[in-house]
Amino acid sequence: MAGIYLHIPFCKQACYYCNFHFSTSLAQRPQLIQQMLQEMVLQKDYLGNQPVSSIYFGGGTPSLLPQEDLRQLLDQLYTLFNINTDAEITLEANPDDLSPQKLQELRTAGINRLSIGIQSFHEEDLRWMHRAHNSEQALQCILDAKAAGFKNLTIDLIYGGPTLTDEGWARNVQQAIGLGITHLSCYALTVEPGTALDHFIRKKKMPAVDADKAARHFEQLMNRTAQAGYEHYEISNFALPGWHSRHNSSYWQGQPYLGLGPSAHSFNGHSRQWNLASNAGYIKSLEQGIIPFEREELTPVMMLNEYIMTTLRTSAGCVLDTVAGRFGEDSRDQLLQAAHPFLQKKWMVLKNNALVLTPEGRLFADGIASDLFFS
Amino acid sequence: MKNIRNFCIIAHIDHGKSTLADRLLEHTKTISERDMQAQVLDDMDLEREKGITIKSHAIQMNYSQNGQQYVFNLIDTPGHVDFSYEVSRALAACEGALLLVDAAQGIQAQTISNLYLALENDLEIIPVINKIDMDGAMIPEVQDQIIELIGCKVEDILLASGKTGIGIEEILKAIVERIPAPKGDPEAPLQALIFDSVFNSFRGIIAYYRIYNGTIKKGEKIKFINTDQEYFADEVGILKLGLQPEKEVKTGDVGYIITGIKNAKEVKVGDTITSMANPSKEAIKGFEEVKPMVFAGIFPVNTEDFEELRDCMEKLQLNDASLTFELETSQALGFGFRCGFLGMLHMEIIQERLEREFNQTVITTVPNVSFIAHTTRQETITVNNPSEMPDPSRLERIEEPFIKAQIITKPDYIGNIMTLCLGKRGLLINQSYLTPTRVELIFEMPLTEIVFDFYDKLKSQTRGYASFDYSPIGRRDSDIVKMDILLNGDKVDALSALIHRSRAQDFGRKLCEKLKELLPRQQFMIAIQAAIGAKILARETISAMRKDVTAKCYGGDISRKRKLLEKQKEGKKRMRQIGNVEVPQEAFLAVLKLDE
Ligand SMILES: Nc1nc2c(ncn2[C@@H]2O[C@H](COP(=O)(O)OP(=O)(O)OP(=O)(O)O)[C@@H](O)[C@H]2O)c(=O)[nH]1
Ligand code: SF4
Ligand SMILES: [Mg+2]
Repeated sequence: MAGIYLHIPFCKQACYYCNFHFSTSLAQRPQLIQQMLQEMVLQKDYLGNQPVSSIYFGGGTPSLLPQEDLRQLLDQLYTLFNINTDAEITLEANPDDLSPQKLQELRTAGINRLSIGIQSFHEEDLRWMHRAHNSEQALQCILDAKAAGFKNLTIDLIYGGPTLTDEGWARNVQQAIGLGITHLSCYALTVEPGTALDHFIRKKKMPAVDADKAARHFEQLMNRTAQAGYEHYEISNFALPGWHSRHNSSYWQGQPYLGLGPSAHSFNGHSRQWNLASNAGYIKSLEQGIIPFEREELTPVMMLNEYIMTTLRTSAGCVLDTVAGRFGEDSRDQLLQAAHPFLQKKWMVLKNNALVLTPEGRLFADGIASDLFFS
Repeated sequence: MKNIRNFCIIAHIDHGKSTLADRLLEHTKTISERDMQAQVLDDMDLEREKGITIKSHAIQMNYSQNGQQYVFNLIDTPGHVDFSYEVSRALAACEGALLLVDAAQGIQAQTISNLYLALENDLEIIPVINKIDMDGAMIPEVQDQIIELIGCKVEDILLASGKTGIGIEEILKAIVERIPAPKGDPEAPLQALIFDSVFNSFRGIIAYYRIYNGTIKKGEKIKFINTDQEYFADEVGILKLGLQPEKEVKTGDVGYIITGIKNAKEVKVGDTITSMANPSKEAIKGFEEVKPMVFAGIFPVNTEDFEELRDCMEKLQLNDASLTFELETSQALGFGFRCGFLGMLHMEIIQERLEREFNQTVITTVPNVSFIAHTTRQETITVNNPSEMPDPSRLERIEEPFIKAQIITKPDYIGNIMTLCLGKRGLLINQSYLTPTRVELIFEMPLTEIVFDFYDKLKSQTRGYASFDYSPIGRRDSDIVKMDILLNGDKVDALSALIHRSRAQDFGRKLCEKLKELLPRQQFMIAIQAAIGAKILARETISAMRKDVTAKCYGGDISRKRKLLEKQKEGKKRMRQIGNVEVPQEAFLAVLKLDE
């Protein structure tokens, strides 16, 4: 099973914490869509005719695209690739774009899953993040999306920010659960280098991120979603049974995916490649028939480390037989030995022959993964 | 021999020595166009990266004038104060020196100190005003400064630009006409002074020498007079861009020898080579031992790598005779070396070279100068390491090394410099105007106050319009105390510092704050304390870790995130476990970063 990712590199305004590639000018939209269609032709064999089970429009803000663009992109994909009839087709949307009419258009275009960038239901947080929407739109768009018939809905929420109190976070989580949203992606606010947030913190115009608060919020989140019947199937992802994200799961399971558009990443099992993160550069190069990208071939050690890093984040965990099968028995033994202190600390358990993080261990997922890395 | 000219290029840092050397090499076609690059003699990676010369570099050129063929041996030298030892060794191989002065900056502190070094060696000085292509060039003013300094005539001063090539022909002519040919007796027993050596992993040790008398021949049996060891001259030759083997190297010339020696200790820079066939009994006067100014511990990150590190240190010492070290043991860090450095830049460079050229990851500890402690039992103890400081109850007094600092600046900055130096326990000894716009200030100051960040502060206080040189003036009694750092109550010997009592409180507080920043949170609370004896001066706590970054992970993040975690893993490798606390490598140098 394979996935396809389309990067739509436009946003209305720049959120302070964001380090994705996007432009706030839509002037080049027509040329860019043209060249993405062209890139599909050039990459039609990348997935080797494997069945595609998920398509994901990410960004940037794909909900800025008019229906016609979406239709063209999807048509071309269906023509060139082997897309399953029941494929999961997700589009990332921002609340301020989701009018009832827009929602209807998206459904007609074939989108069957929406990922809405809510981030918070509180006005104060949204302002602080410099989001384009307000708290009223945050709530209204979910009601409208449900009314328009979108059952498969996921929302993004950010915790740990300076304006978000413990109680405010509890209310956000409760609001999402109460609305019956089937899937939640919840992220700790992270300060990425080069973002406005990073700049403000350095200039001491904003307080540094409070790691203790973020940890409290994460624990709160785990408890509350568990009570409400959500499965914590990946560090940042929670779903009611049967509503896991197929597309994101393919990333964590090491499935191949093709990324299209500026800055998009692709993976074919043994190498990763990423397109140039510049709209103008991308367009110019593709006009010459060349996809501008860089590639990294993965060594066995890199593959093993990626396997450890991604699977440890999931509830299925890092499967020891898979490690032995793909990387040799020695690797399995060595991994188990390195895991020993974490098993002792109860940050990890051995379950169904897999190393699985406990709720406490999830707070240290990255640190544990890096300790288990091979070199 | 009458057509040989041995000379070096000396100047204040960045006055354009290496660039001028490029032009000389180009003009004499010593280096093909293909091999040419800016500052071609700066061939160490570190030199290229930092844009400064660290090691002297000798190279031979051929030059013809009026139908005569000349051999020039040029030595490019470093300008930074820490490396003045390199300059003094180069001088021993020469009869003359090009003294460069930047046309926009004029005479600076190391212009003067390097000039005096050259005069002590009786070298013929050719003053050159360099960089005359620059907009800010002040030729007449700099001419006056030079005349004042060395008492020459204005016609004696050459004008040049290493950048554009102006004046190169005149310099070459002056070298022929003004620098004397080497003296020496070709028939006398061989005497060759080793002025430098390098280690080559294939060929062993390569020694560079200047021949004062006699000839050195390939294949003959030779002896190092001071160590009294005999070897075969497997290969001898002269120095071009690479090594150029010859059958023999003659009196007056500069060359190299390879004898297959692999052990660094056997070759001493400053030793004299003679031949066994016709041995000379006398050695040429070598070099004064270099005196290290700063001491710090260097430890392997993994205790098992100690022997390997020892081997690397010995090889590095061959390339850098100014590095000294002896065994040190630390409770916190295990076996390592107490090393002596010429200054902080030198220390930084040694650490970087160990990492790059020898693949060693090391931990460097808080540097200090060398004190002398007198005990109540009339013992005299040299303290190069805080652990050597006797207990206060046994201590009678401590002597601290002082220096004379010479600072040349514009009158506008006198105020700032006074504030800076007085704040560093300095005493103003003299102030004199060299010209109406240039003033020289002389201070006496404790060495320890200038080794750490003094030079950076001086530069920022004067916007770069100050140059600085110093020389030791002996030791004076001083109220020095040992300050310890405790992590969760355990004393960390590698973080102890020797410091003037008046500074201890402030220093302890800042160090604790800095350590709080540098120590990663752990699963338990960490108390950081600074103490003199039993008295706690400052305290900080790091609360227990709740979480490390567990950020999102998309398809696009996977390789980026993998690299991040790989880097984290590397970082952890450099941590040391002290008691139950993990201490990263940077923490041991926290003391140097207190003002950041
Ligand atoms: N304009 C101008 N710049 C020059 C000239 N010579 C050198 N420079 C510049 O001055 C800087 C220092 O030059 P170097 O040749 O490395 O100086 P140096 O004296 O060898 O420096 P150290 O060996 O570190 O003491 C470089 O940026 C050169 O490009 C010149 O004649 N004119
Ligand atoms: S809308 Fe999304 S992609 Fe655009 S700036 Fe905000 S967070 Fe980044
Ligand atoms: Mg130089």
